[in-house]
Amino acid sequence: MSREAVLQVFRGTAEGGGPVEYRVPVAPGMVVLDALHYIQGHLAPDLAVRWNCKAGRCGSCSAEVNGRPKLTCKTRMDALPADRPITVAPMRTFPVIRDLVTDVSWNYEVNRRIPPFTPRPGTDWKMSQADIDRVQEFRRCIECFLCQDVCHVLREHGKTAQFGGPRFFVRIAGLEMHPLDAGSRTGLLKQELGIGLCNITKCCTEVCPEDIQITDNAIIPLKERVVDDYYDPIARFLKKIFGSGG
Amino acid sequence: MSNALGPGVRGEKYETHEHDVLIIGAGGAGLRAAIEALSRGASVGVVCKSLLGKAHTVMAEGGIAAAMANVDRADDWRAHFRDTMKGGKYLNNWRMAQLHAQEAPERVRELEQWGALFDRTPEGDILQRAFGGHSFKRLCHVGDRTGLEMIRTLQDRGVQMGIDVYMECAVTRLLKDGDRVCGAFGYWREQGRFVVFKAKSVVLATGGIGKAWRITSNSWEYTGDGMALAYDAGAELQDMEFVQFHPTGMVWPPGVQGILVTEAVRGEGGVLTNRLGERFMQRYDPKQMDLSTRDVVARAIYTEVREGRGSEHGGAYLDISHKPADYVKRKLPGMYHQFRELADVDITKGPMEVGPTCHYMMGGVRVDAETASATVPGLFAAGEVAAGLHGANRLGGNSLSDLVVFGRRAGLAAAEHANRAGAGSPGAAQVEEAAREMLVFFERPEGESPYAVHRDLESTMEEFVGIFRNEQDLARGLEKLAELSERSRRIHVEGSRLFNPGWHLARDLKSMLTVSEAVARSALARKESRGAHSRTDYPKVDPEWGGRNIVVRRGTRAMELAERPLLLPPAELQALLAEST
Repeated sequence: MSREAVLQVFRGTAEGGGPVEYRVPVAPGMVVLDALHYIQGHLAPDLAVRWNCKAGRCGSCSAEVNGRPKLTCKTRMDALPADRPITVAPMRTFPVIRDLVTDVSWNYEVNRRIPPFTPRPGTDWKMSQADIDRVQEFRRCIECFLCQDVCHVLREHGKTAQFGGPRFFVRIAGLEMHPLDAGSRTGLLKQELGIGLCNITKCCTEVCPEDIQITDNAIIPLKERVVDDYYDPIARFLKKIFGSGG
Repeated sequence: MSNALGPGVRGEKYETHEHDVLIIGAGGAGLRAAIEALSRGASVGVVCKSLLGKAHTVMAEGGIAAAMANVDRADDWRAHFRDTMKGGKYLNNWRMAQLHAQEAPERVRELEQWGALFDRTPEGDILQRAFGGHSFKRLCHVGDRTGLEMIRTLQDRGVQMGIDVYMECAVTRLLKDGDRVCGAFGYWREQGRFVVFKAKSVVLATGGIGKAWRITSNSWEYTGDGMALAYDAGAELQDMEFVQFHPTGMVWPPGVQGILVTEAVRGEGGVLTNRLGERFMQRYDPKQMDLSTRDVVARAIYTEVREGRGSEHGGAYLDISHKPADYVKRKLPGMYHQFRELADVDITKGPMEVGPTCHYMMGGVRVDAETASATVPGLFAAGEVAAGLHGANRLGGNSLSDLVVFGRRAGLAAAEHANRAGAGSPGAAQVEEAAREMLVFFERPEGESPYAVHRDLESTMEEFVGIFRNEQDLARGLEKLAELSERSRRIHVEGSRLFNPGWHLARDLKSMLTVSEAVARSALARKESRGAHSRTDYPKVDPEWGGRNIVVRRGTRAMELAERPLLLPPAELQALLAEST
């Protein structure tokens, strides 16, 4: 293959940096992560990139490609305009450590605050597939944090202290809607993770590489639960007892 | 994680952390070990090279094997034991195979109790699917993302229990006090600072060595670290000649070559054909056909390609499109997306192209079946880094169950060992030597690129230590490895210590070269064909060799090989093995 692509990759640290141009030979089916590996292997051995599976399963290689939050392992070079350089920048919402590697430790701190799965006492562990289909959707999350990156509450307003972000609403939805879970996390959602700050612009849903319907299937039902618990606790109690699930 | 961010023990030159049990690796085995050790009251630290939740377990697709008998009522641990031994060509550690088969169902139930959501049967139980070499439907699964479900469940459980996780931290050396292991030395990938861990017990859970081959399903992390660390510390490695090539990796386009195509495609009814449209497995295993064991299917595809009957891009065709599209998308969603997005193939409409890819290491640290302890005091190993359970060939689905069964056992034994053992002291000299080894790469004004040496290592292993082996190739491979070893001593690293992948690779290469040498030497020594080890110059199974494991250990000047008699199962289990399935 003789075609060359031009990449402008952010190089730098927390102190500053900017795009550096690299020319990379293009092979059929090549993805952006392949190009970054080529740069590491031949042009810039210290280019910092996170990756693991290279198959869209681990969620490590998130970056902003031509300004869009993407998994670089699933972003085909031939899907990007060939007439201009491809820009690759780190996720903007998180502090840069070096080059494309950002400090995502805040996400792990949020995660630790979520009460675990709490099985109902005396359960026989029988569940029907229909009842777990929607929870399995949430559990597809690969923690690429692209939804956190694109969420304007975090990206534009920096509200990491008051807001959990779409990733953790998805995680909580997976616990709250688990057919055998007896815990309640609505207090956490309302008071600490600020679910009310989300105004359902669906940016998170659009960037999810796992096609999880974050807004419609996770955030909106959780907002309803918060409303039920805080403004109509009796209705919520009855729902829980009679298992309509809502 | 507070410990990871806090200051080190006062008065130490390097940041220092102390734990009863230090676990290296945060995949399924490491996390299960951590949970067990914590529940026994030990203080536990887990060190991992990547972010938490990204370990290789996340890529396991098809399922976890456990004789729950939810679908096939006749299944039980005896059948699972027999299948595992048969698949491993009876070179397995029989006691590990027995414990594994007996304990796997309980470990799966436990995952469910911690929040894992497996696919269900119509009765509401955990659904199980067929897989190669398993005589019953045995694999509990979640579509084709079982590993993700498992690692998320273990990760959340461990974090809730309060494990200290040292993320993006790499261990380069085990520290010893006399004969026993008493800690580890490593560096933070982010800042490049050095760190010392003191521990009464150390559990290796670092996975395999797939990054030494060019076509591989393994990630950058799979550089044989745990095996090399154990070897350097004086422990024995075992069965290193047995490297599993998964029969179905992607072959086209070039960038995706090697990415795993789950065996669940065949488990759900997928059919292999060659360029002529023949179901070629008829020639290699007419009884089990497409669901034969991985060693057999990998050799079959390789042979079809070599003899000119390969697919367009040098593989075989794998077709599941005769099943309803909705069913395929529901049971194999990852495969559907992977092929659609990376290869422009709609697997509900036409075949995939697949070929062998380096996938798994059956060999590893020689361990005791009950306790997962290595041959060096204070050291334990579980999961892919350990040898024994799988013998000469691993059955699909037996890896995830291995992780939780022996992860738990390692964590338990490590905690008990920590209770009995006092704290050791490594002394300053070892630590200084470990630090010097990491800094030398920057001190050379110029030299070899770690990436270039790695590319040549991958080609060497692919060419000379691949699916089919012979004396001439293996000898040539060993010569090449010696040259690469020499070149690795001249590696120069550019840039700073701040998140520098070139520097990290320079160190990982040392582990890869050690383990690659152990693989090639063991493969040269075993003059027979058994399981995943195929010698064209010794094409038959040799009963003499069936009674021996090859072990590798560090000699005073060079790598030493020895043979150990295979442990024989008691009479009642031998009778069980003699029964036909």
